[in-house]
Amino acid sequence: MSDIANKVRSIIVEKLGVDENEVTPEASFTNDLGADSLDTVELIMEFEKEFSLSIPDDEAENIQTVGQAITYLEANAK
Amino acid sequence: MRRVVVTGLGALTPLGNTVKEYWEGLVQGRSGAGPITRFDASKYRTRFAAEVKGFDPENHMDRKEARKMDPYAQYAMVTAQDALLDAGLEEFKVNGERAGVIWGSGIGGLYTVYHEFKNFFEGDGVPKFNPFFVPKMISDIAAGYLSIRYGFRGPNYTTVSACASSNNAIIDAFNYIRWGVTDLFITGGSEAAVNEPGVAGFNAMKALSERNEDPATASRPFDLDRDGFVLGEGGAALILESLDHALARDARIYAEIAGVGLSADAHHITAPHPEGLGATLVMRNALRDANLSPSEIDYINVHGTSTPLGDLSEIKAIQNVFGEDAYRLNVSSTKSMTGHLLGAAGAAEAVACILAIVNNTVPPTINHFTDDPAFDPRINLTFNTPQGRTIRAALSNTFGFGGHNTSVIFKAYQA
Repeated sequence: MSDIANKVRSIIVEKLGVDENEVTPEASFTNDLGADSLDTVELIMEFEKEFSLSIPDDEAENIQTVGQAITYLEANAK
Repeated sequence: MRRVVVTGLGALTPLGNTVKEYWEGLVQGRSGAGPITRFDASKYRTRFAAEVKGFDPENHMDRKEARKMDPYAQYAMVTAQDALLDAGLEEFKVNGERAGVIWGSGIGGLYTVYHEFKNFFEGDGVPKFNPFFVPKMISDIAAGYLSIRYGFRGPNYTTVSACASSNNAIIDAFNYIRWGVTDLFITGGSEAAVNEPGVAGFNAMKALSERNEDPATASRPFDLDRDGFVLGEGGAALILESLDHALARDARIYAEIAGVGLSADAHHITAPHPEGLGATLVMRNALRDANLSPSEIDYINVHGTSTPLGDLSEIKAIQNVFGEDAYRLNVSSTKSMTGHLLGAAGAAEAVACILAIVNNTVPPTINHFTDDPAFDPRINLTFNTPQGRTIRAALSNTFGFGGHNTSVIFKAYQA
């Protein structure tokens, strides 16, 4: 697993207070990992901070699962 | 109107993290003050406070929940849970539509405000405020969290009247129960202002003691050398119920609320009225509401913060209201031990009054070294050691910046 994937997973574990083995690529933040709308905003902000990038709102809307976050950040992180 | 009784207590204080430890600290005459550990206070005029010790929110809630709450809200969750357990309500099925939460906090999420602003000012100017910033900061959120956790769908809000806040919460909860609006309340208050802006802000007003060489003796209400209050933090919770509701579920009853009083100084934003005008009025209002005469009060837990002016005007007010009875009853300031819990002071001192009644013991005003000739020596200020006496009723004063005055009278429960 890439460094980015590992960081993404550990941010999700920390912010959502979930178990590491729940953080599978298919897991949806809201449906599977108990996030509400504010949690989701916070997660995106945390990704932006960790990977020093800015995620536009329309792209953030498409980041709903762990796998989508990893794919997006692997493509866009500097 | 219905009678209202207290059936559960919770406390998280500089003297201990349970009601039992808190009361033990009060009757042992312990000080909860010490050097500040929350942050590096080496450049502050006051470098000590009465902090809550050994508190880890993750022992009480999961990490995700704890992270979304300012410490003041964490204190609310923990003390309310303890009070509900103490009242035997974890097992009892409460009708959520007839149960409410009224909480008190003078400041709310100051820690959260400070850290979010700090991040912003240290950043590049692009605002990156946390989405939980607003719900963490606002001083009403503790009441909201408690309603969500326990399914209490009755009246729900927070009272804000600086250091009188949690007495206002108790007063409102008492009123809604006696008027028949609600059967049961979680009430009380919490505060967590031992942080950079909390200490620096009160320091700038010259409100805090600067006795850095000896924190444990710094809070010395009524002593000639008192030099300001000691900043404290923590929370306390009470379960109030209509007497009928408590009897129907065979609840243990600690005490009854006899009556309450409210008033304003209408004088100055921070200084008390020199003749104790508002303080006199509030105690008279409470006695009238309780239908008690001054001769029936055995203990007054004063606001008594250890400031030069405040202690003086409050004693004048007691003499105005109680006359000769001022020399018969006991007066004490438990802030000599706990420091000043600001918006949580009323709730913490309510717990002290209730346990004083239950145990027929007046907790002391510690740290008395030198008499101040301004105080009539016939007034029993319960210096340094607790005193046993039958306490039929106890009056608890709290006053807040803005000139808000509140009194609550608790009395021994008699069927």
